[in-house]
Amino acid sequence: MKPGWWIKPAVFTASLIPLCAVIWSVVNGTAGPNPIEAIEKQTGEWSLRFVLLSLAMTPMAQLFKSIWPIKLRRMVGLFAFFYVVVHLLAYVVLDQSMNLTYIFEDILKRPFITAGFVAFLIMVPLTVTSNKYMMNKLGKRWKVLHRTAYLVGVAGVLHYVWLAKGDQLEPLVYLAVLLVLLGYRMTGLIKGR
Amino acid sequence: MRKRTIYSAKIRETEVTDKAVFRQRRSFIKQAAALGLTGSIAGGVSQAQAGTPLQGPIIKSPYSIDEEQTLKETATTYNNFYELGLNKGDPAKNQNWLKTEPWTVQVDGECSKPGTFNLEDILKPHAIEERIYRHRCVEAWSMVVPWNGFALGDLLKRFEPNGNAKYVAFTTLYDPDRLEGQRSRVLEWPYVEGLRIDEAMHPLAMIATGMYGEEIPAQNGAPMRLIVPWKYGFKGIKSIVKITFTEEQPPTSWNLSAPHEYGFFSNVNPQVNHPRWSQARERKLTGEAAGGLSALFTAKVDTLMFNGYADEVGSLYSDMDLAKYF
Repeated sequence: MKPGWWIKPAVFTASLIPLCAVIWSVVNGTAGPNPIEAIEKQTGEWSLRFVLLSLAMTPMAQLFKSIWPIKLRRMVGLFAFFYVVVHLLAYVVLDQSMNLTYIFEDILKRPFITAGFVAFLIMVPLTVTSNKYMMNKLGKRWKVLHRTAYLVGVAGVLHYVWLAKGDQLEPLVYLAVLLVLLGYRMTGLIKGR
Repeated sequence: MRKRTIYSAKIRETEVTDKAVFRQRRSFIKQAAALGLTGSIAGGVSQAQAGTPLQGPIIKSPYSIDEEQTLKETATTYNNFYELGLNKGDPAKNQNWLKTEPWTVQVDGECSKPGTFNLEDILKPHAIEERIYRHRCVEAWSMVVPWNGFALGDLLKRFEPNGNAKYVAFTTLYDPDRLEGQRSRVLEWPYVEGLRIDEAMHPLAMIATGMYGEEIPAQNGAPMRLIVPWKYGFKGIKSIVKITFTEEQPPTSWNLSAPHEYGFFSNVNPQVNHPRWSQARERKLTGEAAGGLSALFTAKVDTLMFNGYADEVGSLYSDMDLAKYF
């Protein structure tokens, strides 16, 4: 077998652990008396973590001079989408009981929900075009399209910063990570990397 | 039925048990929890159950509502009390940070009988009632809690506020050495709250010293806290050490932190949304045994004007623009 054959299945399995942890916490009661809030918080945070991780893959490949982050980038990005879908479903089905009036009102009137929804919308074409076929078909435009992943990061972090009451430390940590990643890429672009 | 007889016999027994023994038992259970003897999953629940039953008769109040009560385990493990930690489960875990003995309350400002009083002297003259109230958090969740305590107005009148007493201000214990949450800068410490004097004298406003027939636990604001059922929960300041009668509107913590989001009045009002989220509906937390999944599929309910107490308190605000004075 090729060296490193186990890396992809291992990352795949590890990426499912947060989902199992969320389900387990709801079933055994450690999610607390407001399990919907707990599901939304956990899946939302994990989606954001995967978004930022996917943005960190190219810099990591350059820093560690390794091809593996590039090979794993798509999977990490797809897990970001997977967790945002679970997050959105929890909001639509559990939190709002599928009441479209309340959902549209939220999307239009609450900036933090607008930002979160925008992040989700940008992720849809990125997911659809994440396969080899679309990569070949889009050619140079693929790279431009997938740079919008940074916008997902910006919208996702805004979503979190704007919803937090009182303690903003956690969302601001995500903001700091995003700014470091953006800064790294900006200097890279300037240097023509 | 048989089981119930045994249970009431047990209560009779505790009524004659010396208070010191209770305290001992309670601190033993707390220490056991602190040592992790109760296990991490069951920890919150057993801490919540380690309550001390209130002594003496409890009078049923006509102000109680007839709704399904929130489980005690829920009301005592899902708390906003930043002094004991920022996450909802933290205050129950960190309840030993709050030292309630000895406890004194300083009363000053525009009144004839100011002074510093021991907790016993503050509470002694008041008969304890049970009042089942709706409790609506500004974060759009709610509970139904049987509080034990007495009318705030009955306490305030003892200090004989004078004609200049237009407001009454409250202060929470400041003890950053023990209350580690006060080392964070999320709010200015100590926590302060206030009411207009007519709000404070309204018979629905109460001081709670217990809940569910037990002494109020640390995470819910031991040893005495304010309950104003027609206002958002953060107005109900916990662990009160100071009461001041003032002529000017006193500063209040959340209003200082974000004045455009949290007003001085903060009456529950489904028509005035928080700038960032809707206040039209609320998630009612009744609680259920661990693993119960019905909470996942229960829809939110409509929030009521003044949290359902409009008939009682509406006249306090009859000539006010509630969108301006939110």
